[in-house]
Amino acid sequence: MSNRTQVLLWGAQRISAMVLGLCVAVHLVTMIYAVRSGLSAAEILGRTQGSVGWFAFYTVFVAAVAIHAPIGLRTVLSEMLNWRGRGLDILTGVFGLSLAMWGMRAVFAVFSGGGA
Amino acid sequence: MDNLQVSIWRGAEAGGFQDFEVPRQESQTVLDVVTYVQRKCDPTLAYRFACRVGVCGSCAMTVNGVSRWTCRTHVSKVAAGNKLEIAPLRNLPVVKDLVTDMREFFDKWARARGVFTGSTTRKEKFARVEPQSKERKRVDAGIECIGCGVCYSACDVVTWNRDYLGPAALNRAWTLVNDVRDTTRAERLAAVAGDAGCHACHTHISCTERCPKGLSPTAGIAGLKRAVLAATLSGEI
Repeated sequence: MSNRTQVLLWGAQRISAMVLGLCVAVHLVTMIYAVRSGLSAAEILGRTQGSVGWFAFYTVFVAAVAIHAPIGLRTVLSEMLNWRGRGLDILTGVFGLSLAMWGMRAVFAVFSGGGA
Repeated sequence: MDNLQVSIWRGAEAGGFQDFEVPRQESQTVLDVVTYVQRKCDPTLAYRFACRVGVCGSCAMTVNGVSRWTCRTHVSKVAAGNKLEIAPLRNLPVVKDLVTDMREFFDKWARARGVFTGSTTRKEKFARVEPQSKERKRVDAGIECIGCGVCYSACDVVTWNRDYLGPAALNRAWTLVNDVRDTTRAERLAAVAGDAGCHACHTHISCTERCPKGLSPTAGIAGLKRAVLAATLSGEI
């Protein structure tokens, strides 16, 4: 991987961290609100299904996770296992794509009402 | 005063601690203790020092687990009870006893392009650099580094990533990036970019915490990270 790509990954991780900071706060506040208000799963789904706003929010959340986590994992594995090179880049890339896939599957499930 | 119980590393990479008993004295430094051991207990003990007053930076060692200049460290401030454990600097190959091989440390300064490259000769007039300018203030903040290796020894990222340039080399690069007379800014930014460069720093701040000169390599590295990203996005590197 070129130095230029490494620098861009670092930048992407910083920006995704900022997005995650906001998303995690909104997500936690929403969860606490839902639990304290005694909303049932059906009532929560009733609010998320067809809601473009919640769909957009959680799509951004999933994108930030799928960018942030694999870049961090690449660094952790590199430092802890002294592992560098193409194999590591491919593994963490696949990890990021998997996060994006599973995350969007869940987002579609609460948006469209299908089984997650 | 009770005698000091001193454990000193003997050998190279493979080796072990050897115990000595050293009379305790007022205003005694750790370097005094090491010198006493070599002169009175075991003349084969190898260690490095020169000025004894915190100018040369050659007497850095690991004292009770912390990287320090031994000449500027009073025993009374670091001895846990009457015990001292003195080892060579971390993250560098040990030549013998308390002496480390500093080559990789200085080779990394070269890799980070730690050499000034100007565009004028001695025949021309002095460059005029405004003392209050932003760049000059940044240079001032990092320029007093004397290359003792304490920050390099204190840095966990160096331990985990042997290619990492380390705080001292990056601090030097940052002073040159801010030197308005230097002509190799882009090459230097490219040299310190990426996984082995400034972007490997986790901002543990151990270098800043341990620097005997009170410098903050962490701040310089943060500046380098931003400057390299900006140069990458603008196509400068």
